[in-house]
Amino acid sequence: MITINGLNKQYHTPRGTFTALRDVNLHIEKGDIFGIIGLSGAGKSTLIRCLNRLEEPDSGSIVIDGREITRLVTHELREARKKIGMIFQHFNLLDSRTVQGNVAFPLELAGYSHKAIAQRVEEILDLVGLSDKAGSYPAQLSGGQKQRVGIARALANHPEVLLSDEATSALDPQTTSSILELLADINRKLGLTIVLITHEMSVIKQICSKVAVLDRGEIVECGSMQQVFSAPSSATMKLFLEHSALLQGYGAGI
Amino acid sequence: MHEDLIPMLLTGFGETLYMVVLSTVAAIVLGLPLGVLVVITSTGHVLESPRLNRILGAVINITRSFPFIIMIVLLLPLSRFLVGTTLGATAASVPLSIAAAPFLARIIENSLKEVDRGKVEAALAMGATPLQIVRKVLIPEALSSLVLGVTLAVITITGFTATAGAIGAGGLGSLAIRYGYMRYREDVMFATVLILVIFVQGVQWGGDRLARRINRNQHRLG
Repeated sequence: MITINGLNKQYHTPRGTFTALRDVNLHIEKGDIFGIIGLSGAGKSTLIRCLNRLEEPDSGSIVIDGREITRLVTHELREARKKIGMIFQHFNLLDSRTVQGNVAFPLELAGYSHKAIAQRVEEILDLVGLSDKAGSYPAQLSGGQKQRVGIARALANHPEVLLSDEATSALDPQTTSSILELLADINRKLGLTIVLITHEMSVIKQICSKVAVLDRGEIVECGSMQQVFSAPSSATMKLFLEHSALLQGYGAGI
Repeated sequence: MHEDLIPMLLTGFGETLYMVVLSTVAAIVLGLPLGVLVVITSTGHVLESPRLNRILGAVINITRSFPFIIMIVLLLPLSRFLVGTTLGATAASVPLSIAAAPFLARIIENSLKEVDRGKVEAALAMGATPLQIVRKVLIPEALSSLVLGVTLAVITITGFTATAGAIGAGGLGSLAIRYGYMRYREDVMFATVLILVIFVQGVQWGGDRLARRINRNQHRLG
């Protein structure tokens, strides 16, 4: 479904060159919920943003569903992006539009008729459980509801892949859990491939089928959940596991 | 009170209103694309072009540095070419529009820059073209701030019309100078100032109200 080969990305700043991604290779199967975990500054965000080229990689290739994303010219890339949904940490909804209007946005871009838009919006709001909020504005919604709108918007145009850029990092643990449940539900119902990045082990634990660990721009570990959890090989993963065990220990006493 | 006062004020106010409306419309037509272009050609934006950005910035700064009265004199030939005369309200609207356009462009630039970068990015990720981002994201999201900017421009243009009135544009400013100042008609001076004060208050009130109305939904808490 998604194949990343030899991906490199550097940032050139006045203070020097920063390597965000170094020779990243990954293969993500159709229907996977693929988690990429790493500490702040590990390059997770750069990596997921390269998948729809919000960031331009310096070298390497990305193939999604047989289409080489890294070779597309501007108008081809726009068409390809219409089939790659994305959700964000800060939701990035349009405040001037209602819930309905926000979900309709990608459909307007894709040139749907008014009637088709209305029908699809209703369908997808039902799927994320927000039918009763169709006429509300984002300012009237809670964080969790906003992210549901974000998910509805990302799914409206029948994407093949959903990219989740720290989508639960601004939410409280309970809301996080309900959003993750929704993502798992969508993955089951629609067979949608989901790529998510996070710095929270609990997110990976709750829904991912495969996980890759990113450390200073390099993939240091990758495999199925069982493999990585039962026998972590990288120092970063061990650190994450210890930390999450520690937190759970503390949590029991709170 | 002289009996000529009321008709004189009515004509004067009519001319002022005509100049303000015509110049505001023309300034939006010229200034909106300019403001939008300055924003979207800036570094990291949807139509990044540092060269074009620098050129547009320079054009705006240069046109803004002319004192308005010099601008009128410089643009006399253009007024004559476009309107056929250099006298009257229509002719004065030419320099008024051209002086207000870069001012408005800067105001529009500031409003559009306030739109959260994440919204633009989300639209890009959905495959929006730069034009769609301007029409469907930047302008609607900045609308209440844009309305306040245009309100400010209307008031500034109203002030400019008085200057233009001093050299043949007509309007309330011209009345105040020709009658109030040169002929010591204090009633004319007082009445024109009063009308202008009320007019500016009214414009600001209307602009604020409209902006609040647009904003209400976006920031009403549930």
